[in-house]
Amino acid sequence: MSKPMTAASAFSRTAAELAFAEQFLASPGAASSPARAAAFRRFESAGLPTRRIESWHYTDLRGALAEAAPLAAPPDEATIAAAKVRLANLPRLASTRLALINGFFVAALSDPPPAGVTLAPPVAPPTFSADDPMLALALALAPPGVAATVAPGARPSPIEVVHCFAGEGPRAVYSRLAIEVGADASATFVERFIGAGAETQRHASTAIDVAAGGALAHVAVIEDEPGLHVESEVVRLAERAALDAFSFVAGGALVRRQIFARLVGEDARIGLAGIGLLDGRRHADTTLEVVHAAPRGESREFYRHIVADEANGVFQGKVIVQPGAQKTNGAMKSQAILLSPEATMNAKPELEIFADDVVCGHGATIGALDPEQLFYLQARGLPQAEAEAMLLEAFGAEAISSVADAALAEALLALMRDWLVRRGRGRRS
Amino acid sequence: MLEVKNLSASIKGKAILDGLNLTVKTGEVAAIMGPNGSGKSTLSYVIAGKPDYEVTSGEVLLNGENILGLAPDVRAAKGVFLAFQYPIEIPGVATMTFLKATLNAQRRGRGQSDLTTPEFMRVVRAAAQGLKVDPEMLKRPLNVGFSGGEKKRMEILQMTLLAPLLGVLDETDSGLDIDALRIVADGVNALRGPDRSFLVITHYQRLLEHITPDVVHVMARGRIVKSGGPELALALERNGYRDFATEAA
Repeated sequence: MSKPMTAASAFSRTAAELAFAEQFLASPGAASSPARAAAFRRFESAGLPTRRIESWHYTDLRGALAEAAPLAAPPDEATIAAAKVRLANLPRLASTRLALINGFFVAALSDPPPAGVTLAPPVAPPTFSADDPMLALALALAPPGVAATVAPGARPSPIEVVHCFAGEGPRAVYSRLAIEVGADASATFVERFIGAGAETQRHASTAIDVAAGGALAHVAVIEDEPGLHVESEVVRLAERAALDAFSFVAGGALVRRQIFARLVGEDARIGLAGIGLLDGRRHADTTLEVVHAAPRGESREFYRHIVADEANGVFQGKVIVQPGAQKTNGAMKSQAILLSPEATMNAKPELEIFADDVVCGHGATIGALDPEQLFYLQARGLPQAEAEAMLLEAFGAEAISSVADAALAEALLALMRDWLVRRGRGRRS
Repeated sequence: MLEVKNLSASIKGKAILDGLNLTVKTGEVAAIMGPNGSGKSTLSYVIAGKPDYEVTSGEVLLNGENILGLAPDVRAAKGVFLAFQYPIEIPGVATMTFLKATLNAQRRGRGQSDLTTPEFMRVVRAAAQGLKVDPEMLKRPLNVGFSGGEKKRMEILQMTLLAPLLGVLDETDSGLDIDALRIVADGVNALRGPDRSFLVITHYQRLLEHITPDVVHVMARGRIVKSGGPELALALERNGYRDFATEAA
């Protein structure tokens, strides 16, 4: 802290930071958009986050992002044709599918939206945002993306947004999605990430805006293996608005999911939950910032991680209760099971409370599988790997049970079972 | 069926079993009685293969095969069943799911095919009825929130389904009222047969009024110190364990 605070000046730009500047200038429409230009300035003034920034303490992004991969190309006809085949073979998690290829919305691969939902190609950057360099970078470099607007009072059938990467070699893909839920409307959106490989750097951003009395269920599933996956969600909830968000993280070498949520209306409710299944040398970081800015808000955070091998899990949850946000009710829980001595989990729950009439609590547990439970199952004839899988499935299923849509929850359970089977096989071989 | 030869075992460096010898014949119900701390539960855990215990000498032979090097699930597939003194709660795993998984795992361990769901449901329903286990209980997470009696009945239900060669009952009577005790004892008695043996571990003679043993062994200081017929249990009930008490324990 004794050094002069000019560290992020032009003199210390990393190669990646310089490359981002070139990419920004070369991106069609980027520099001419005041909002994107402002976002890039925010990124430039902060630079790639280092571990000295508190919210990035456990994830050394500047180190991990030593080189900025070239931007993925907009999809051409051949890419769209190939993606069409790939999407045809991907079982649906929702009745309506929207497809983004390399961050570009592709109408030809998307269903028409259900009644009550309209799609608009260009999204204006959200008027609400958060102070985070990687969110700023995503907003500056992403193609326009798509905005889905749910009309007031509408109850459309569930929609899945498939983020598909198509390309060869090192590529960076940026995407933007906006979900606006009108007053008293109710909707379910699933975001799925597919197609990325170890050389893919993904920067995704989602803006969620729920009007008074509206309700959104949001599920994010990382189904591929990107080298880098940075996903930012900014959320604004009006009075009586509700968001239930769930994340399923079982892929990716370095994953950072960050959610910045503001409960700006009275009686708003947010439920954030997720499961992380980490093996090998994966690093997955979930960082939440929930701001209660109005009275009688309710927030629930419930995350579970299973960390194996040399993997590394991070959970940071910060709940801020602003002055005047009386009668706030908050509860945060992070639980992790470590399956190897080399596995690590960092859990940092934080409460910052500036109102005097609130109920807020948090808890974090990190432990191994219970040897008594394991022995009991083995003594009944279950081989060790099967006994472990049974206990782990039960542990994860409890987190998944927060997904209200039964078909979606079942699909996530199946994904978790696949992971457990893969892991079991890996250990036996 | 079971031959325990010169078995010594310790936990965290503390010796518990001290050169124990014991034979349970095929078809025999053998009771082991003994004061607290004599090593009764340790014996049951070592037979079942609990990893916390270190066997420092001896053998445990099941039908002539030393099972001490085998994993607990392999022992189970060979026919060893331990009814736990304190059955473990498994949150998030429905009892029915657990029962099916264990039954099929053991069948696979013996080279048999899995039961179909209708076959499985039939055997579970029959066993549950015999033990007065409410079918609703089978939908709940295993042992979670079960009363002491329900947990013990669930142990016997599992034993009935898994049909072991050797049933080791570790203080199955503890925490049971007289009605539950009778149900549990009836369940065990129904499984008695010429091919199956039981090792019934208990502190009190009470259980043996319902499960009549062929032999009674008295355990003290980590070994069998006296063996006899059912009348030995009655003598213990009258005189207590003071004749066998540890010197300084």
